Amino acid sequence: MWRALLVVLFAAVANGSTPRYPSPDDMVLSPDGRHLYVVCGGTDELVAVDRLSAKVEGRVAVGRLPRGVAVSPDGRRIYVANSWSDTVSEIDATQLKVIRNLPAGFEPTGVAVDGRGEFLYAGNRLGNDVSVIDLKTGSDVRRLLAGRGTSWMTAAPVGSRVFVTHIYPNPGRFRAQPQSEITEIDTASRTIAARLPLANVAGVFHVAVSRDGRLGIATQMRPKNLVPLAHVEHGWVFGSSIAVFGEAVGGVVQLPLDEIESFFSLPFGVAISPDGSKAYVSASGSNEVAILDVRRLVAAAKSKDAAALANDLSASSRYVTARIPVGRQPRTVVLSPDGGTLYVADRLDDKVTVIDTAAAKVTGEIQLGAPAEMTAERLGERLFYSSEFSWNHQFGCANCHLDSTFDGLTWDLEPDGFGVDIVDNRLLEDVGGTAPFKWNGGNPDLATECGIRTERFFFRSQGFRGSELEYLVRYIESIPLRPNRYRLPDGQLTPAQERGKAIFERTARKDGTPIPAVNQCFVCHSGPYYTNQTLADVGTGKPTDRSAKIDVPQLTNVAYTAPYLHDGSARTLEEIWTVFNPKDRHGVTNDLTKDELNDLIEYLKTL
Amino acid sequence: MNTRSVIALFAVACGLAAEDLPRYRWENFTTANGLPDNRVYSVCVDGDRVWAGTDNGLALYQGGKWKVFTPADGLSHRAVLYLAVDKQTHDVWIATLGGLSRYSAGRFDTFTQLTSGLANDVVYGVALQGDFVWVATAAGGSRLNTRTGEWSLFNERNTPMYEIWTYNVTAAPDKVYYAVWGGGVLEYDVATERWKDYNDPDGETEIVLLKDQGLIHEITTSVSYVNHVLWAATYFGASRYDGRNWRNFLDKDSGLPSNFLNQVKTVDGTRTWFSSDKGLAYFDGERWATYRPALDTGRPEMLVRDASGSVSHVAVDSAPAHHYTFGVDFQGNDIWVATAKGLSHGIRIPTGEGK
Repeated sequence: MWRALLVVLFAAVANGSTPRYPSPDDMVLSPDGRHLYVVCGGTDELVAVDRLSAKVEGRVAVGRLPRGVAVSPDGRRIYVANSWSDTVSEIDATQLKVIRNLPAGFEPTGVAVDGRGEFLYAGNRLGNDVSVIDLKTGSDVRRLLAGRGTSWMTAAPVGSRVFVTHIYPNPGRFRAQPQSEITEIDTASRTIAARLPLANVAGVFHVAVSRDGRLGIATQMRPKNLVPLAHVEHGWVFGSSIAVFGEAVGGVVQLPLDEIESFFSLPFGVAISPDGSKAYVSASGSNEVAILDVRRLVAAAKSKDAAALANDLSASSRYVTARIPVGRQPRTVVLSPDGGTLYVADRLDDKVTVIDTAAAKVTGEIQLGAPAEMTAERLGERLFYSSEFSWNHQFGCANCHLDSTFDGLTWDLEPDGFGVDIVDNRLLEDVGGTAPFKWNGGNPDLATECGIRTERFFFRSQGFRGSELEYLVRYIESIPLRPNRYRLPDGQLTPAQERGKAIFERTARKDGTPIPAVNQCFVCHSGPYYTNQTLADVGTGKPTDRSAKIDVPQLTNVAYTAPYLHDGSARTLEEIWTVFNPKDRHGVTNDLTKDELNDLIEYLKTL
Repeated sequence: MNTRSVIALFAVACGLAAEDLPRYRWENFTTANGLPDNRVYSVCVDGDRVWAGTDNGLALYQGGKWKVFTPADGLSHRAVLYLAVDKQTHDVWIATLGGLSRYSAGRFDTFTQLTSGLANDVVYGVALQGDFVWVATAAGGSRLNTRTGEWSLFNERNTPMYEIWTYNVTAAPDKVYYAVWGGGVLEYDVATERWKDYNDPDGETEIVLLKDQGLIHEITTSVSYVNHVLWAATYFGASRYDGRNWRNFLDKDSGLPSNFLNQVKTVDGTRTWFSSDKGLAYFDGERWATYRPALDTGRPEMLVRDASGSVSHVAVDSAPAHHYTFGVDFQGNDIWVATAKGLSHGIRIPTGEGK
């Protein structure tokens, strides 16, 4: 089989074409239930599907890497968040044409429209805020402070609430439990009404609210990043779970979806049936959809032992009634207006799976136009998002590298004792040319980084071998660098960035004394990725590190990847120098004034 | 005219003088009824919510109850010196002795000189201007662009700020003003992105030789800019500047109870409030009123000074919590006053009532 796939791969390369896979992500139904709108991030388009015939009825080219979609209450407008264009496309639902592109913040991901169709809300993943867009004027009139990695949102069917979730945890203390939140927006006043705290939670994904507005469910992960990952077979690494909230339960209660030998990896999409009796959750790592009995779910959430259930792997049997296998990386789940049909966006199969909810069975699928060719990169992407390789299928690469990025956490990875060699999770974008890998440069190439090491230290089961490893590496090498928001459109630098560049490239202190080459920023952080790909001891090692020498990290898009340093001990770029560089070993910075340090940081953000 | 007639006329005159000057029934809050500390540095009103910055935490008064926030809740420092509310989002920006905090719907985020681009952790003032947060610190001004996260610092290197101890800041769409303690007033023009300083033409002295020729004194503590009119408070009097002319006010020739002013806050460029060490003062453009417990007896006191300079007492049965006042904010017709011995709520008495 692999040989056949390779033939196809080579054929594609020989044709000089690069196949683009639709990669369906978010979906929404038109208010009348006749149309299913599917956002396809791989082909930068919105695909309209006629529900009756289950056929594609139109395609609309939108901005770069669209991720979220919403429909106006009257069904006349469709809104698509173009995450790499920083815009929201407003589409005429009848003509399937883009009317205008509305400005949003840094990396708009999820969108929602208020009940009157007057204001649009866009969650800006890199801006950590929500754009409030006046649909009359088309302007981004207000930014509401949300959590880190602001991403998905849903408008409650009744009342005036929009609930927002976040792919990354909020910034916090070094090696403390991660904290996230569900941000509740009051669309009447267009302000934040409340923040529902989520303790010990990192990634939070889709959120749904029952038709009566009394129950909310958000999918989430509870990482165990403070204990060595090597203990995966003794417990578990991620709590695949949901946060249940609202009047029906009172407060916020976290409930697991895992079972002790059948983990529900990377829960993502969620929908609640119109009658409020069932909920459906997709597992984008273990490729299935769980059916939850809401009455029993609420009972569990209100039980006396509710607070302890989040870490109880036997708890899900109380309310999960079935699991239905679906395609690869199921993301959004959408229910028909009568609740009889569930649509599942299988992102890595480029199709929508159709489930008869009464029978709890897959009854069909809607193909979205995947190319016939299967590239090595696409095969690698499937491996990257799959949890089938890890012990009890607990997790895959994508559990830490969420949406192929990072997770904002520091980890204790290897079996070297508690608290030894803490590592910050790094960004994977454009990482191919930055060897060696690992915080101490211990892995000379990605095949070593992702191969036997992953099997031994992470998955504790099988690993990626042979062609699988080759595909995985090809995929990782293909992850593109997202647009940098700090550069001016014409490529020029602002005065502050120019001043910062001069500091970055200086060879002498302000008093004229020369700076040794090893302490000059641009000597170590050189080349296209701003790393000379060597090891250096810059005084940032900790007593618990087994090596003082640290791999010089690439700086591309460094602005987005807090925390910093190899172990994530610097919460901000500023702390790298204000706290962790007392002896000027990590660049000479102690002769800088505060405004000069700010200039340096403004420049670093442009890299 | 006999003596009795003169007294009667004087009383009528005083009544008329007080007619249009606001009168209040004062309710005072202290630690006895919910404040975390009696030393209240700042007060900020946001609709039905009243925020008080005290020496020992941030307090929120809503629905008749106080809620207190401390560093244990995420506040950057217990001593809260100044507050500003974003009227669009209702986020509160909090200047403290240990950094700048933002309170947003239950969550505190903190910016310090170590974790952010903030110039200095001693933060005296904060003002909002669209997406920008302007900050007054002990090491110059800072400006945060909340959409991009960029910090810009303003100090002796890029402005005419020869003294960097910025004590207060006010921001409008067209101008930003810093009160620079010992350095006069600094003006930032939004359109031209240029800075200009205003200084005491007499220099750093307590002598006022050139009255109405410029800023009254270099030791400025507060600025307020409304309707293109700037007011500056100093420890040696107050100044008003309309863009062409300066007018200065001293206790000896105005209704100011003291030249030692902690805050000036103008309503419309003319009607203006002054927080001094000897009481709260109001100026309506001609007449003055002072509200305080009497300095000698401590009894409630309201003094009125008319346009001719005559001073009279208006009978009142309540007063702000203390004569040492730090600042005010408005809630409709009501006023809230931060004092050294509690927070005071001045409930406006309708004209004609309570005589």
